[in-house]
Amino acid sequence: MRPVEYMTRIRDNYAKLGYKPYQWVINDEPPPWQPLRKPLSECRLGLIASGGIYVTGQVAFHFKDDTSFRAIPTDVRTADLRTAHFAYDQTDARQDPNVVFPIDTLRRLVKEKVIGSLTAHAYTFMGGIYSSRRVREELAPQLTERLLAEKADVALLVPV
Amino acid sequence: MGLIARHLEAAGISTLCMGSALDIIKAGNPPRAAFLDYPLGHTTGKPHQPELQREILVQALEGFSSMTVPGSVKMLPFRWSEEDEWKRTAMMTGDSRTPRNDTPQYQTDEDRRRAEENNPEACPVCEISA
Repeated sequence: MRPVEYMTRIRDNYAKLGYKPYQWVINDEPPPWQPLRKPLSECRLGLIASGGIYVTGQVAFHFKDDTSFRAIPTDVRTADLRTAHFAYDQTDARQDPNVVFPIDTLRRLVKEKVIGSLTAHAYTFMGGIYSSRRVREELAPQLTERLLAEKADVALLVPV
Repeated sequence: MGLIARHLEAAGISTLCMGSALDIIKAGNPPRAAFLDYPLGHTTGKPHQPELQREILVQALEGFSSMTVPGSVKMLPFRWSEEDEWKRTAMMTGDSRTPRNDTPQYQTDEDRRRAEENNPEACPVCEISA
């Protein structure tokens, strides 16, 4: 069976809730391209996830155009991870955050030398942001600045 | 996430964007993408299945070296179940979108108490020290 077409359904869901139509960003221009400079086993990887993950003790995400992000130490205790998200069924993510925030998997792959190392922090936000301008002008540059400061060679992005 | 991937890539950081919504991935058109045909909320695997989670990530990460065409999507060879019943349900409902509030939505009351003790106003990015 072919993949589910979510955009149509999600548009309908917003309409049912009485919100104005959500506009996905459609990037027609070819994406930029940075070839890997060295083998992945020597690269420092930064994880960015949009599943609304936070650590207990941090402020949770809210559900109305939340463009904030959280810095999560990559040596965090998995049991301290939480989720706050308006759009997906969090049942499984709350039992095992690795389904949307693969922190144990990445730590294991570092041990196995598949990946060189992880940045000091992973970064999380919530997505579903109405303003693509704010993502383009605020969130994306801020996250890029963080990953550059933590000397990431590569980034793994995990949306929900 | 496509916008963020493109921003990072332009700054010299190679990116790989995973995803379980193929139409949304394609619209965002990130430099490299890996599609996992699982229900939303399982972008990197099934709960408490570390071997499967590892295999999914290893195959996705291989895209960093194997993908050579900007904007391509690697189709990961995993199926959620023999039956595609979940897809029929997802086609009917999309996601489980809820009304929007602008107050923090804590998973537990204990989380709220701890966060409030930490004086969130002083901590815009909420890095924890402990």
